[in-house]
Amino acid sequence: MIQTESTGPAVSTLSGRGIPVRGNDIDTDQIIPARYMKVVTFEGLGQYAFYDVRFNEDGTQKPHPFNDPKYTGAGILLVNRNFGCGSSREHAPQALQKAGIKAVVGESFAEIFAGNCTAMGVPAVTLSADDMQEVIGGVEQDPQTEITLDLKSNTLTVGCKSYPFSLPPAYRNSLIAGTWDSTSVLLDNLEQIHLTAARLPYVDGFAQGA
Amino acid sequence: MAKNLFNKVWDLHKVTTLDSGQDQLFIGLHLIHEVTSPQAFQMIRERGLTVLYPDRTFATVDHIVPTADQARPFTDPLAEEMMQAIERNTAEYGIEFFGLNTDYQGIVHIIGPELGITQPGMTIACGDSHTSTHGAFGAIAFGIGTSQIRDVLATQCMAISRPRVRRIEVTGTLARGVYAKDIILKIIADLGVNGGLGHAYEYNGDTIHNLSMEGRMTICNMSIEGGARVGYVNPDQQTFDYLEGRPYAPRGDAFAEAVEFWKSIGSGPDAEYDDTFHLDANALEPMVTWGINPGQAIKISDHTPAVSSLKPEHREVAQKAYAHMDFAEGDPIKGKKINVAFLGSCTNARISDLREAAAIVKGKHVHRDVNAFVVPGSKQVARQAEDEGLAEVFVEAGFQWRGAGCSMCLAMNPDKLQGREICASSSNRNFVGRQGSPTGRTLLMSPAMVAAAAVSGEVVDVREFARQPVSV
Repeated sequence: MIQTESTGPAVSTLSGRGIPVRGNDIDTDQIIPARYMKVVTFEGLGQYAFYDVRFNEDGTQKPHPFNDPKYTGAGILLVNRNFGCGSSREHAPQALQKAGIKAVVGESFAEIFAGNCTAMGVPAVTLSADDMQEVIGGVEQDPQTEITLDLKSNTLTVGCKSYPFSLPPAYRNSLIAGTWDSTSVLLDNLEQIHLTAARLPYVDGFAQGA
Repeated sequence: MAKNLFNKVWDLHKVTTLDSGQDQLFIGLHLIHEVTSPQAFQMIRERGLTVLYPDRTFATVDHIVPTADQARPFTDPLAEEMMQAIERNTAEYGIEFFGLNTDYQGIVHIIGPELGITQPGMTIACGDSHTSTHGAFGAIAFGIGTSQIRDVLATQCMAISRPRVRRIEVTGTLARGVYAKDIILKIIADLGVNGGLGHAYEYNGDTIHNLSMEGRMTICNMSIEGGARVGYVNPDQQTFDYLEGRPYAPRGDAFAEAVEFWKSIGSGPDAEYDDTFHLDANALEPMVTWGINPGQAIKISDHTPAVSSLKPEHREVAQKAYAHMDFAEGDPIKGKKINVAFLGSCTNARISDLREAAAIVKGKHVHRDVNAFVVPGSKQVARQAEDEGLAEVFVEAGFQWRGAGCSMCLAMNPDKLQGREICASSSNRNFVGRQGSPTGRTLLMSPAMVAAAAVSGEVVDVREFARQPVSV
């Protein structure tokens, strides 16, 4: 039997401390090097988040926010422009999530990365460049600052200051409704799926060779 | 005003509008490989679901495949485990699998087109960002993550919002020694690595339509490097000619019927776009990347840019790039020494790429300081190159001739840079660490430029090279 109930919890507000990782165009090879993708499960990927920018080849640590004790336990990743560009690997947001990240706030995200985050129930929201600079600067000064994302009002509260953020409406709706895990939502329309297939000339019409 | 191809194909495949506001889109072809699919199969298994349309999914192995010694079990137990997982998953769900023991194994974006599985007017999804390659046939093809692979396996659909469509018009004649790779590197350099965010790119204009199907694939392949998840070319007679007779293409009357459908889905002359970008191909030169993303590319005759000359938002990454590459601002790119030459990847490992490269190296020898190797994109490409005598040309010139796979494009297999090595590469990404060494360096360029660099030991201008066609 097919189970059709929604599988993800609603995500409407999230709170935690911030961890800034500065830099534009941080690609998914930096977020998780390909050699750590030789796995058949996502479990255990957290330890490899940002591996090559956190560790030298001899295993000693480099200066990086993910190695800095003052950010231990922080759940809200703060980034700059075009974060998550490159490969479609969901291993990247999975590694971040397994390392304790619950939400990502940045100037902009690569499209597949933002979609992957949403499909895991991790909001990826954008702030203006000026606001982002201010938030990152503030958190670097005081890593204990409490940050709250409110998806219903599109507001990021950092300490006592609030910033408006953007999130594509469809992502926002699916996070708030708890339908970000879309399998069951899609399967609810099973009859229409088959009808759509039936009208495509290449599915049943001019069938493939071989 | 008329719909463009993208919107025609989208509307044809739209199942419904979801409550979230996204569209539910039927996926006509799902391609899977060993790296991003095992977790998706695990998820459907845990939920008691199954694969809804197993005959619309095809599988191969490419990312982890060793290109030198492919004996099983693989030396790397993690690679062997992934191999066994895809063998088990495809067998259990009745999915056609082009494994190492078949004639059709290869890089997923090479085999789809060469088998005629990829066809115009389809929606295509694959857990790999270079899925945009298939757009060369007038399909709309999306790179997806593992949760979406789960969705496509279980429902043959994706939840997705419709992007905007940008027409990229390329006009003029390419000079000798200038290729599709140079066109796309120039487009990315001009529009930026995030310039295509939220867009599908339609490549159009006489230059594009004068390219071979393989050249079009190279261009569509790298759409994602410019931030566009989807890139496509309207199908034309060349598209139909390429597909006719391929093993999985329609045959006979069905082929004629298919061509009618394929013609109907193209963007007409009055099709609408959200915006347009024009590129003059007459002015193009061979392009080479000097930095750590594919947008950091310059003409072979140029010098690396002064950080202060760049837009403010590009300066931080440029500084990182100079630090990583150990290049100085204002250096000529020509003359940069290389240690490795890699001819391969889903961008440039097709037969035409190998022909161009072989024509450069014929009668010459790989420079003594360079480790050069050719990794054909598929077993079919390898066999054809062997039949045409290209493999022999490469081997005589001192290249290693390998088996098909992704190889050093992403180094999830034994092919990796060592230490600070610099690689002239026909692949698609020059990200830090991409080719397997966290401190390794990558210079992206066309296959002919890689070949010329391999025999010269440094970056050279392929237009200054004599060319000796090998194949008939």
